Amino acid sequence: MSILVNKNSKVIVQGITGGEGAFHSQQMIDYGSNIVAGVTPGKGGSFILEQNIPVFNSVEEAQSNTNANVSIIFVPPAFASEAIIEASEANIELIVCITEGVPINDMAIAMKVLEKNKTRLIGPNCPGIISVDECKLGIMPGFICKKGTIGVVSKSGTLTYEAIGQLASVGLGQTTAVGIGGDPIIGTTMKEILELFEKDQETEGVVMIGEIGGQMENEAALWAKKNMTKPLVGFIAGQTAPPGRRMGHAGAIVSGGDDTAEAKMQIMKESGIEVCESVADIGEKMKKSLETI
Amino acid sequence: MKIHEYQGKEIFKSFNIPVPIGYAVNKLDDVEKVIKKVQNESKKDAVVVKAQIHAGGRGKGGGVKFSSGLSTAVNNANKIFGMNLVTHQTGERGQKVRKILIEEASNISKEFYCAITLDRSLGQFVFMVSTEGGMEIEKVAEETPEKIVKVWIDPLIGMKSFHARKLAFGLQLTGSAYKEAVNLFLNLFKCFIRTDASLAEINPLVLTNDNKIVALDCKLNFDGNALYRQKDILSLRDTNEEDPTELEADKFDLNYIKLDGNVGCMVNGAGLAMATMDIIKISGGEPANFLDVGGTASADTVKNGFKIILSDKNVKAILINIFGGIVRCDRVANGVVEAVKELGLDVPVVVRLEGTNSEEAKEILARSKLSIIPASDMKDAALKVVKSI
Repeated sequence: MSILVNKNSKVIVQGITGGEGAFHSQQMIDYGSNIVAGVTPGKGGSFILEQNIPVFNSVEEAQSNTNANVSIIFVPPAFASEAIIEASEANIELIVCITEGVPINDMAIAMKVLEKNKTRLIGPNCPGIISVDECKLGIMPGFICKKGTIGVVSKSGTLTYEAIGQLASVGLGQTTAVGIGGDPIIGTTMKEILELFEKDQETEGVVMIGEIGGQMENEAALWAKKNMTKPLVGFIAGQTAPPGRRMGHAGAIVSGGDDTAEAKMQIMKESGIEVCESVADIGEKMKKSLETI
Repeated sequence: MKIHEYQGKEIFKSFNIPVPIGYAVNKLDDVEKVIKKVQNESKKDAVVVKAQIHAGGRGKGGGVKFSSGLSTAVNNANKIFGMNLVTHQTGERGQKVRKILIEEASNISKEFYCAITLDRSLGQFVFMVSTEGGMEIEKVAEETPEKIVKVWIDPLIGMKSFHARKLAFGLQLTGSAYKEAVNLFLNLFKCFIRTDASLAEINPLVLTNDNKIVALDCKLNFDGNALYRQKDILSLRDTNEEDPTELEADKFDLNYIKLDGNVGCMVNGAGLAMATMDIIKISGGEPANFLDVGGTASADTVKNGFKIILSDKNVKAILINIFGGIVRCDRVANGVVEAVKELGLDVPVVVRLEGTNSEEAKEILARSKLSIIPASDMKDAALKVVKSI
């Protein structure tokens, strides 16, 4: 088992004919993901990636011809929120938006459409999802993952890789790794991913990696305190970040109060989460947590 | 992106939000002329001289002076212009005042607080007002939260009159001032959306003795992601207010923020970059910077990154931490070797490369015979770089 995507997921790629879209589509196919179609308005009727993948003019057309249930978005920031809305209106169940730099007002509007249609969105500004040996959606390097029993959820891309690398070094594989993105408005929260991992029978432990800014980690921690039965190891990046500065992710701004690294780590500790003071302890802590069950 | 108060007030005017009569001055020679102009137009002697820097806390730092007439105003302008204004937001270094705003003094009956921003957890805009204006709103929120009236605005529906009425009633306004406030709130929301602002704050918003509602201050921040469609806003950027090294990094598409320590860092990804700074600190060092070279780090990126890090004279050692996904470690290693040869580094460089093509990368570094210190993981890297100083 895994969460969000598996080998039965039928995936379309919005923006498949662009440089990024084409490159990563090939990578995803090589990993074993079931990419059934691409969408680029104006290029409908053509084929791409060694003539294997049909391109359609709209998500609606692509969906009705292939019965796809998942879409991944690689379109430029100015068009990303529309791409999300288009996929949602075409009855896609899960959308992953990789695009970085989507205006916040655009995302605020897109979120309301997703709510109405009950569509799940991961991202934007995220590395995507890997359900190990089943389906890779996004830009994560597949080869670092090994099939196993740990779920990983993170706001940051390369820090997700770091966590996976450390899990591997202590002999732990993963079920699914999810990069939820670091923007102020994102489709799926850390708490929602924890809920999915808690329900997933194969997942035995979870690593959650947060950052300064926002309240998402606190919300997840308070939920976990009441509901999570599986071991949970946490880390927050940005303990040394100066207040009021934007650190790459639009979300990673410390504005005071309980969105600092210290405050979040405190709340996580109080919620029974094994909190890593140092990023280097993630693998070891997870191993120990599993041994003490 | 931030802008100056005087620029924000020009934007306010274009959205029919009332502001005091005032003009910005950027050279001392013009001060007297502009003061007289403000006095003439406002038919009042008293003016306020306000330092124009991006940081808040200007009043407490001595950057805002009430002046009863021409001679005091000229005096105050002379003092403020060119001063190094230190506030709680500028840090110890302070910020040089290059522009001042000369404004008519208002006869204030009441001071309010007013702001719009995004409520992240709800994905809606929150519009807040309070009768406790002029002071620190954080304190009001903490001590007397009931004194802050809030309305949440659905981005699909937008702001409606009933929202604005609730806010105006919340400020206990009546008669013509109530009507003016309702209009101001509706216009402020329009301004917020049309300019892709991330924060619009008026503190204080005032009721004058002659019963007018006026925005005495103005703070507008904008969503950096939306600047591509806000050319007019982008033209208001004042690079004097930004760190010169950060500006230089911006040219190379590098995400750099200067800090006060002596360990320079170069990392791919914002989260990993922050975690690298943190582990340097835990290992007993102090990070000199945040530097995210992004998802497409090439040999060139690495070289430019080195140049930026080394322009900070506090840097005594450098830690490179790359976890290659799309980024190929061998390319990064080549970049490191080239840069070290070309720039002739005289500080120790610790390199940790993991992920795509990391084995090839380690060979490249070993073959180069340069004094680059390899590290096996993040902990190892942080300990080695701190020890190398």
